[in-house]
Amino acid sequence: MLVIGLDNGHEKTYMDSMSAKHDQKPIYLDYQATTPTDPRVVDAMMPYFHEHFGNPHSRNHPYGWEAEEAIEKAREQVAHIINANPKEIIFTSGATESNNIAIKGVAKFYQERKNHIITCVTEHKCVLESCRHLSQDGFDITYLPVQENGLIDLDELRKAITDKTALISIMGVHNEIGVIQPLKEIGALAREHKVFFHSDCAQAVGKIPLDVQEMNIDLMSISGHKIYGPKGVGALFVRRKPRVRLAPMMSGGGQERGMRSGTLPTPLCVGLGEACAICEKEMAKENERLHSLHNQFIADIKSELSDVYINGDTTHRIPGNINISFAYVEGESLMMGIKDLSLSSGSACTSASLEPSYVLRALGVDEELAHTSLRIGLGRFTTKEQLKKAAQSIVSSVQKLREMSPLWEMAQEGIDISKIEWAHH
Amino acid sequence: MSYSDQLLDHYEKPRNIGSMDKQDKNVGTGLVGAPACGDVMKLQIKVNEKGVIEDAKFKTFGCGSAIASSSLVTEWVKGKTIDEAMAIKNTQIAEHLALPPVKIHCSILAEDAVKAAIKDYQDKNA
Repeated sequence: MLVIGLDNGHEKTYMDSMSAKHDQKPIYLDYQATTPTDPRVVDAMMPYFHEHFGNPHSRNHPYGWEAEEAIEKAREQVAHIINANPKEIIFTSGATESNNIAIKGVAKFYQERKNHIITCVTEHKCVLESCRHLSQDGFDITYLPVQENGLIDLDELRKAITDKTALISIMGVHNEIGVIQPLKEIGALAREHKVFFHSDCAQAVGKIPLDVQEMNIDLMSISGHKIYGPKGVGALFVRRKPRVRLAPMMSGGGQERGMRSGTLPTPLCVGLGEACAICEKEMAKENERLHSLHNQFIADIKSELSDVYINGDTTHRIPGNINISFAYVEGESLMMGIKDLSLSSGSACTSASLEPSYVLRALGVDEELAHTSLRIGLGRFTTKEQLKKAAQSIVSSVQKLREMSPLWEMAQEGIDISKIEWAHH
Repeated sequence: MSYSDQLLDHYEKPRNIGSMDKQDKNVGTGLVGAPACGDVMKLQIKVNEKGVIEDAKFKTFGCGSAIASSSLVTEWVKGKTIDEAMAIKNTQIAEHLALPPVKIHCSILAEDAVKAAIKDYQDKNA
């Protein structure tokens, strides 16, 4: 049993605190949005708030030294999970900052010689927005399309590389559809053409084995809160050999090899390090467990419902993500029907925009189906029982909504909905 | 997003779900919206010899607001004459369900569905 260590003697077991709350709260199935901080991580962090509170950059007294020591241990833990050297890890506030520093920093540093960046249409918004920002400053950006399975075409990538290309930025594991891009192949191509390779691995670290040497990755973004660490901390791997240089985003005291000034948040860095260490140790076993949950869940759904589609490649994927569309049912109404589950919808109706998910559209998923997709995120604290309940809840809601869906009725009557001339509004 | 009790009530217990015979001369069918936009409403009315709507049925593919809007108008049109039903405004629907601004289009669609059903009935009986 896991224990949250509280020094006041009122130790509370983790399972107690979870089960009491879960009686009223919906089942959490949104692990790609964020993860609960693992109690073991919280334990590791606690001493660095009050007891060892020193500024890790203070060189003149033990308060600083002990904080620095903790930071350096965390740096090693982060480096270890991706087979990097600790000196190549800089701490940031999260993957969004890491992606900004990597893309804008490399672009700005090398802009005299190179002005071209290659990325992909399904990247996270912070990557796309960083690129858009650079294009306003005169950089050329190539947005690679994806295939139906969500993966990039390596031939397209090869064709896009020019002697002006400074950086290729392709994510490791997709936040919405869970597919794993061919990192090793991309890295080999990049190295062959002497182009830097950056990968947003916020959703990949701790879930798939990553090796920056074998994969020839030059920059990698890491997030704390996606891997059962705290929010507000992340890291960026910046290769030293061959050396990657970048222009810093913030001016300051020159911490983190001058790439990211600002006092490091010791407890958060310790938490990120511990989160990486736990993931590394448990990855193989946890993946096996999630695979079996993943397969069982899909089998449960498909045994009760027809016209169900899984989005994204079914083999090159992490087991913790299920992106699934239910034809003839609209996403937001489905979300309203499954209030006992907390998950995300690919439907437009959950946001202020009327566009369905740009990611699913990029895969070529019909708008109709994109509107009906759910992203189900499984993780460390997901149980078999929770998923059984979730499947039952989804099945009964879909059945109820199909009974009232005119599209389902037409489909049952054999009418081809795509042949009808709809009045778009 | 939090919804009003009226809206949730119509979503959870939708009134008048179903279909009537499209071929029946006394039945008018309206089909509005588009799957690609995320909502499609089918609304049917059955009009008696006095010109009064005696029954209404709907099926809706769409968000909770779209389902609630169409459920609500089926209740409203029942017992009304054609002219009275024509006078139903989307603003009344939006107000009754306290639709948030991004969902106003659902109420517009419900008004359109009523008008389309009436037009179909009138075309059949012209």
